Amino acid sequence: MAYDVNGTAVEHDEEGYITNLGEWSKELADVIAKAEEIEMDEEHWAVVNFLRDYYEEYQIAPAVRVLIKSIKKSMGPEVGNNKYMYELFPYGPAKQACKIAGLPKPTGCV
Amino acid sequence: MSEVKKFLYVNRKAPYGTIYAQESLEVVLIGAAFDQDVSMAFLDDGVFQLTKGQDTKEAGLKNFSPTFRALGDYEVTKLYVEQESLDERGLTLDDLQDIQYEDEDDDYAEKPSIIVVSRAGMADVMADQDVVLSF
Repeated sequence: MAYDVNGTAVEHDEEGYITNLGEWSKELADVIAKAEEIEMDEEHWAVVNFLRDYYEEYQIAPAVRVLIKSIKKSMGPEVGNNKYMYELFPYGPAKQACKIAGLPKPTGCV
Repeated sequence: MSEVKKFLYVNRKAPYGTIYAQESLEVVLIGAAFDQDVSMAFLDDGVFQLTKGQDTKEAGLKNFSPTFRALGDYEVTKLYVEQESLDERGLTLDDLQDIQYEDEDDDYAEKPSIIVVSRAGMADVMADQDVVLSF
């Protein structure tokens, strides 16, 4: 299974998480978002970029409650709350945003 | 509400020769979602898991040591390290990563997560637990 980014195939697993984290690009993020039926805007990108920074620093995709808590701390409570985050990513902020960010499935998600 | 139990995850092995260290950390992160009182202990070669400056490039393995610094986000704030195990390996606290957590009850002050205890002190820590899991 693979995403098609301008003719280049990027492998993903059965749930849509990419296999090789090094293959991520902004173009790929848009392709994954489309498959997830998400229209990427600035707010979505803020979360995706936050997740990529978090992974870079800690080598881990955070669980949803940790993600929301950390976003609240760095971006404020109007962004870092359940309601807003689920509006951005209806099928789960951690799961969907991690997928779009090219990270593994969050530890502890089933 | 169910009763909060004290869980201690005991780590005795070096980080990369076996999968135990990484699996232990993963179980801790998953287990932290269940609102229990979770802490970790590092003794014997397990103290090497917390050392600074790990580089796994040549071994072709993922360096998961930065993940220990995320434990505070998961409310795992007590990492007990046995003094004798450090001494026997020529290590001191300075050789370990600086791991901190933010104390929500103290205006989010950053406090060290690593607690160095003697062998006798470690026995007391273990005796105080409801569940001890060894890796």
